[in-house]
Amino acid sequence: MNRATTGAPRIRQRTGKVRGGTITLAHGSGGKAMHDLVDDVFVGAFDNPALAPLEDQARFDLAELIRQGDRLAFTTDSYVVDPLFFAGGNIGELAVNGTVNDLAVSGARALYLSCAVILEEGFPLSDLRLIVDAMQQAAATAGVMFVTGDTKVVNRGAVDKLFINTSGIGVIPEGTNIAAQRARPGDKVLVNGYVGDHGVAILAARDDLALDVPIASDTQPLNGLVSRLLAVCPDIHCLRDATRGGIATVLNEFAQAANVCITLNEPTIPVREAVWGVSEILGLDPLYFANEGKLVAVVPAAYAGAVLAAMRSHPAGADAAIIGDVSASPEGCVIMHTAFGGERIVDMLVGDQLPRIC
Amino acid sequence: MKFVDEFRDPAKARVLVDNINTLVRRIPLCATRPLQLMEVCGGHTHSIFKYGIEQMLPDCIELVHGPGCPVCVLPMGRVDDCVALAERPNIIFTTFGDAMRVPGSRKSLLQAKAEGADIRMVYSPMDALRIARDNPDREVVFFALGFETTMPSTALTILRAEAEGVENFAVFCNHITIIPTIKAILDSPELTLDGFLGPGHVSMVIGSEPYQFIARHYRKPLVIAGFEPLDILQSVWMVLNQIAEGRSDVENQYQRVVPDRGNNPALAAVSKVFQLRAFFEWRGLGSIDHSGVRLQDGYARFDAERKYPVPNLKIADPKACQCGEVLKGAIKPWQCKVFGTACTPETPMGSLMVSSEGACAAVYSYGRIDLVDVLRAREAAKPNAPREQQT
Repeated sequence: MNRATTGAPRIRQRTGKVRGGTITLAHGSGGKAMHDLVDDVFVGAFDNPALAPLEDQARFDLAELIRQGDRLAFTTDSYVVDPLFFAGGNIGELAVNGTVNDLAVSGARALYLSCAVILEEGFPLSDLRLIVDAMQQAAATAGVMFVTGDTKVVNRGAVDKLFINTSGIGVIPEGTNIAAQRARPGDKVLVNGYVGDHGVAILAARDDLALDVPIASDTQPLNGLVSRLLAVCPDIHCLRDATRGGIATVLNEFAQAANVCITLNEPTIPVREAVWGVSEILGLDPLYFANEGKLVAVVPAAYAGAVLAAMRSHPAGADAAIIGDVSASPEGCVIMHTAFGGERIVDMLVGDQLPRIC
Repeated sequence: MKFVDEFRDPAKARVLVDNINTLVRRIPLCATRPLQLMEVCGGHTHSIFKYGIEQMLPDCIELVHGPGCPVCVLPMGRVDDCVALAERPNIIFTTFGDAMRVPGSRKSLLQAKAEGADIRMVYSPMDALRIARDNPDREVVFFALGFETTMPSTALTILRAEAEGVENFAVFCNHITIIPTIKAILDSPELTLDGFLGPGHVSMVIGSEPYQFIARHYRKPLVIAGFEPLDILQSVWMVLNQIAEGRSDVENQYQRVVPDRGNNPALAAVSKVFQLRAFFEWRGLGSIDHSGVRLQDGYARFDAERKYPVPNLKIADPKACQCGEVLKGAIKPWQCKVFGTACTPETPMGSLMVSSEGACAAVYSYGRIDLVDVLRAREAAKPNAPREQQT
């Protein structure tokens, strides 16, 4: 029907409801079904003033941003975790916390996120609602807003169930200068809690291992923690969230970027007993397991005690510990004093951690 | 963690190291040359590097990392056979994760998988059998490899497949036996070994009896060792004690796991399903008589080598690769011409660089700290090497 000739009002109706229990190609077609999906599932959950106009882009007031700092931080990340649901969360929480954390470790105040979802035809609508609700809850917890988004549906088999991309924008306060190459001899290395939980939770959620482990993903936003750390130590040298590749990878990145040696003291690294158990059984190393709510901080030694106390006073850092220190040489290396009394190099991971056979 | 921490107690380690230091002063040979002890098993190699045990020992003790990593001694031709099987239509090729990255002459299983072959990582042969059951219209091949440790599980899986009448399941058998290989090393003219740490998990199956010839005929002490760091230190002390007392016996440090007579039900399943091959090719060591097994004729229908055409070509190792000399203890990993340059864990040339139990990968990844300078020097010597930034 031609609206111009019938005189129907050209006001977009925003009361769409998705019909049926599964996603079909029609939901990505750009037509009525897609609008219903966007309205019902995404806009319904994310509802906020910046999203409300539903233009093709989000618009920000520059003056307001400038009041908060002197640089923008901009980051993007794609989420393809399998399985989508696991102990402690789902892909939706990861998609928010992962991007918020990438902003937070620059010292930025995380503000706005985008949400792009690629769905496989046949995906259950009820699962999509669970995931989007988890995204909204995580965004509310982290104090960020979804301000723009996109939805695509592809043929069965063209993606595995659902992929999410989120990008994020934050503002870095004046004077904050956190960078990997700033690690200096004498600095202390801290981590905000138990390492390896997320990696083990995902391993356990895959049924091929038949592991029954009481470990939940550690997915959590770190922006609140980081702002508390900056309050007690404005001159934090390095911060990075230790996701894929674990804390070992982040430490190697620091050591190489700053051309310093980082020495870890194995007994001080917080690892849950069940995570140790899984590592022992599979011949893997918890230092390389993924985390989704852990950061590694390098701070001047004089501030280490204050930063540790600040971490422990925050729910996201209750089990924090000082795990090592920075020295001048051998440059570019991470070394660990083992609990047993030996010493070894902790290298970058090559490929996936493969289980040993005997 | 219970039953783990007890075997990693640093205070006990210091006592053992003190005792080892006292003991070596009683061994006159130590004053003339370093004593060479071979740990046969890759699991030991891994532990030694992971816990930094080598630096805890006195300089006059050298640990030689033996051939006991099944992935490391797999000849290139067998990897090519795996790839050929995996690339056949309708095949699901199942393998332990370690074997995925071992380079063949054309490609690794990981590359074949990326190019479209249906290759799946499993944790046990029973997983492979389950895949066969779940996919009755596909043919499933399990890449069986390992020493006596993993032989029983392959044997039991085949017996289960037979009992259940699963016909779309076969095994590409690369199981090898440790004893003929130790003998081959002992017969090698360049041998300088003074004693052995015997493989704990293999011994759990075969017991301690099969090693007696090493002590009696070759007069070398052997101590069957566990895999925890205290196990290894204690076993080193036990070998040294034998040397100090002029004895060569087979002793069992790993008594909590290894019965002297082995595991009879496991051995029964193994001898029911497997028979010795006349010879088997080892990477770096060449052909060794009676060092591999194949399926008994009665189980031929589960034998991938008889069920499908397999190229079975002998492929020479890359010329620059010195895996064989490292395996025999003739050179240290870092003395190999390509260690850390052409051959790294990212681009392994030799199989010792692939598995975390391989001596070269262990040295490279966990490395002795003093190697940092060796690697730096090599990096700098590379043509067009990027200059290090001065800070």
